Amino acid sequence: MRSISNKQHENERIQVMGLRKSKKTGFKKYSILPGFGLTMGYTMLYLSILVLLPLSMIIFYSSQMSWPEFWDTVLDPRVVASYKLSFGASLAAGVINMVFGVLLAWVLVRYSFPGKKIIDGLVDLPFALPTAVAGIALTTVYAPNGWVGSLLGFKVVFTPIGVVIALTFIGLPFVVRMVQPVLQSLEKEVEEASASLGASRFQTFRRIIFPEVLPAALAGFTLAFARSLGEYGSVVFISGNMPLKTEITPLLIMTKLEQYDYAGATAIAAVMLVTSFMLLFIINFIQWWTNRKFISH
Amino acid sequence: MGRQKKLFMGLFAAGLLALFSITGCSQESGGKEEGGGSLGKDPVELLNVSYDPTRELYQEFNQEFIKYWKEETGQGVTIQQSHGGSGKQARSVIDGLEADVVTLALAYDIDEIANKRGIIDRDWQKRLDENSTPYTSTIVFLVRKGNPKNIQDWDDLIREDVSVITPNPKTSGGARWNYLASWAFASKQFDGDENKIKEFVKSLYQNVEVLDSGARDSTNTFVQREIGDVLIAWENEAYLSINELGKDKFEIVNPSISILAEPPVSVVDKIAEKKGTAEAAEAYLKYLYSETGQEIAAKNYYRPRNSEVLKRYANQFADIEFVTVDKEFGGWQKAQETHFNDGGTFDEIYLQ
Amino acid sequence: MGGNIPLGFTDTPLGSSREAADPKWVQWLLISIALTFLGLFLILPLVTVFVQAFEKGIAVYLEAITNPEALSAIKLTILVAMIAVPLNALFGIMAAWAITKFQFKGKNLLITLIDLPFAVSPVIAGLIFVLLFGSQGLFGKWLFANDIKIIFAVPGIVLATIFVTLPFIARELIPLMQAQGTSEEEASITLGAGGWKTFWYVTLPNIKWALLYGMILCNARAIGEFGAVSVVSGHIRGLTNTMPLHIEILYGEYQFAAAFAVASLMSLMAIFTLIIKSILEWHGKRQMSIENH
Repeated sequence: MRSISNKQHENERIQVMGLRKSKKTGFKKYSILPGFGLTMGYTMLYLSILVLLPLSMIIFYSSQMSWPEFWDTVLDPRVVASYKLSFGASLAAGVINMVFGVLLAWVLVRYSFPGKKIIDGLVDLPFALPTAVAGIALTTVYAPNGWVGSLLGFKVVFTPIGVVIALTFIGLPFVVRMVQPVLQSLEKEVEEASASLGASRFQTFRRIIFPEVLPAALAGFTLAFARSLGEYGSVVFISGNMPLKTEITPLLIMTKLEQYDYAGATAIAAVMLVTSFMLLFIINFIQWWTNRKFISH
Repeated sequence: MGRQKKLFMGLFAAGLLALFSITGCSQESGGKEEGGGSLGKDPVELLNVSYDPTRELYQEFNQEFIKYWKEETGQGVTIQQSHGGSGKQARSVIDGLEADVVTLALAYDIDEIANKRGIIDRDWQKRLDENSTPYTSTIVFLVRKGNPKNIQDWDDLIREDVSVITPNPKTSGGARWNYLASWAFASKQFDGDENKIKEFVKSLYQNVEVLDSGARDSTNTFVQREIGDVLIAWENEAYLSINELGKDKFEIVNPSISILAEPPVSVVDKIAEKKGTAEAAEAYLKYLYSETGQEIAAKNYYRPRNSEVLKRYANQFADIEFVTVDKEFGGWQKAQETHFNDGGTFDEIYLQ
Repeated sequence: MGGNIPLGFTDTPLGSSREAADPKWVQWLLISIALTFLGLFLILPLVTVFVQAFEKGIAVYLEAITNPEALSAIKLTILVAMIAVPLNALFGIMAAWAITKFQFKGKNLLITLIDLPFAVSPVIAGLIFVLLFGSQGLFGKWLFANDIKIIFAVPGIVLATIFVTLPFIARELIPLMQAQGTSEEEASITLGAGGWKTFWYVTLPNIKWALLYGMILCNARAIGEFGAVSVVSGHIRGLTNTMPLHIEILYGEYQFAAAFAVASLMSLMAIFTLIIKSILEWHGKRQMSIENH
């Protein structure tokens, strides 16, 4: 024990010394807690080896193209059509998930009904089920000879609607899991106070609940959206892959690879990567904005 | 700085160790199951990187070869199989998958391995008989039982009431044969008038309802999802899906003209040399030409090169007029460039 | 600050009842809409998997999940998860400590970087490791010369899996540790406890449920990853096929019942881990409510 705590003291001293140093550069605020160097160093190392270095290959390979070549590749009509589908379908799936995700979270937090625990657990299933299995199962259900497909009067599978269905499945947990804790922490007293002051249920929802839930729902939406943009495994089974109509962007990356066109593939990948990065930055901004609002209360 | 740095280095080392230990375990995880106590040489392990529809064929053939090689040389051999889309498989070999032999859907893919990585001799196709293609196939139509849409030949596929299923030539090697076969028909029909040919192929692809990314996905769309009136497929695939999925549901229609599909094979020289398997690898491919090999190919609905064996299975393989890629399209390199690369005729047809 | 997006660990005490004031008919309407949505998008596909799995009878089912290739796929999948999850757990703890216990510049950027693998297409996730370790890649020549296999072998599969599942545990811990603040740790340090002791006796008990939950989600995703692994695996039967890839192969061989059998096994594994998660959650809540009283 003693030796451990001696070590700790030493660590602390080091920490303080380190802090003095970093104070000069103004990188980090003072804290008496130890371990910044260790944890930060490990984090950066791990991220560098496993995320930054591999991802930099995208930039490295796509930079082998000249600018005109790059633009030609990423603005090719077929590629542009795939952006439209990928963005459009991801957006649609995201909106569906946002609406139903909030509803589902509400139902799971506020109401009780038989089988609620199981339903709650099942929400995470899309994270766990292999995407290819999801794609095949969804295609089976929604094909013209499938359980649901045969009941519908219009074609679902092998159309953009099919893509939306697959992406809805993929993104389903995000909004629910974001909104659930917010609803849970929402003080019921506030609602009750609002009600006792004569506000209708709808007014309470609009004025009290909605503003609280919105940032979390938007964050969930953005995550689901970002995940949907890149989804491949489940979509290729259900989309039909018709050029200009139902081809998603990741499929085009595969198509480029099939022609041994690494530069072209990485060029499109770079576009997707930048988009994803920006989306995530937006989420973080939303979160930061919410927190600030929360603190300023 | 002392302790903390040490700790940090320790963790760093632990992380690296973990990574290397994973690396290490891959090298020993060779799944050694060879018949022990081989009298001759040390047992070898071959990796055959192949494309999708050959699974059943090589499952059977590998067993025979293992027996044959043991008798012949006393050496034990195990054969690992890898299957996938032909282009994807070729790319894996280019990127470092250590295949001893490749058995792919088209010569272009093996050419690319030779060109891009230089681990196969560029003259590989001359090394074995018959263009290094021990078995062939062709492109036929699979239709629903009773042929309700009365589909007899290629020109029926451009009828407005016919819905066609074929995979995407951009992502599927097999689909390229389909495309070229339809082109060959149109070429004969219109006496080589390129505009009319394009028009024909264009209207055919306008009838395509689902353009799956691989040949087997297309079969599943046609068979499982019951979409489309006709599936353009390899002859062996058509037979296989009939046998596996219902003799009473589908039948095969042979078009008047089709393409001789030649799925070639080659030893991957540099890898086989490195692994010391060159001898076994070459024997493996040569054994495909033997009577046993040809018989197994025929049993799996590939057209054998051996005329004796072909005769025995004559009722299985209809007489179709064939064109070849070499004669009709000037070889695979050229065909790929004019038709399937970005900006080729397939893109032209689809994007205009 | 960014990134505090909890993926589901709920820390409300059991005691507080959450009965709503909505009229019964509104409740039932909303419940039925929500359940219909879930039914269409989640439960029907799941049921399909099981129905198709047992279509040819229990014998085919058992054969499918016990034949050598299936078993080697199961083993490989578990091996990969067993390497990826602890490494990501260690990373998650480290990253969460650095991010939540200290104030420094560029925190938003760091969190965005941790999130990034969430949003990278699995296809790209596989591709980048091929570009790095493939024979044409940055380290390709050196690896080939030294006969070290990363791509198309187990290490490549592990790397791709780590990449895809990297954010899960960090994501789970960051918001929780942020909410808990630094006061307890600061008190512990001020009272003379060392850093390790503080972490072990103060921080860890506070985050253990979130950590476990994160590991469970990470594990589920690690087991199920298809796209990225497919690019780096090489598809060698019985050697580098994980369960999702094995399913794809069976499906391609028209062995639909067998494919769905393995898929149903994976669903069961997923459901099983989710049940463990629920138990943990329940346990966690109960413990918290005991501590609160």
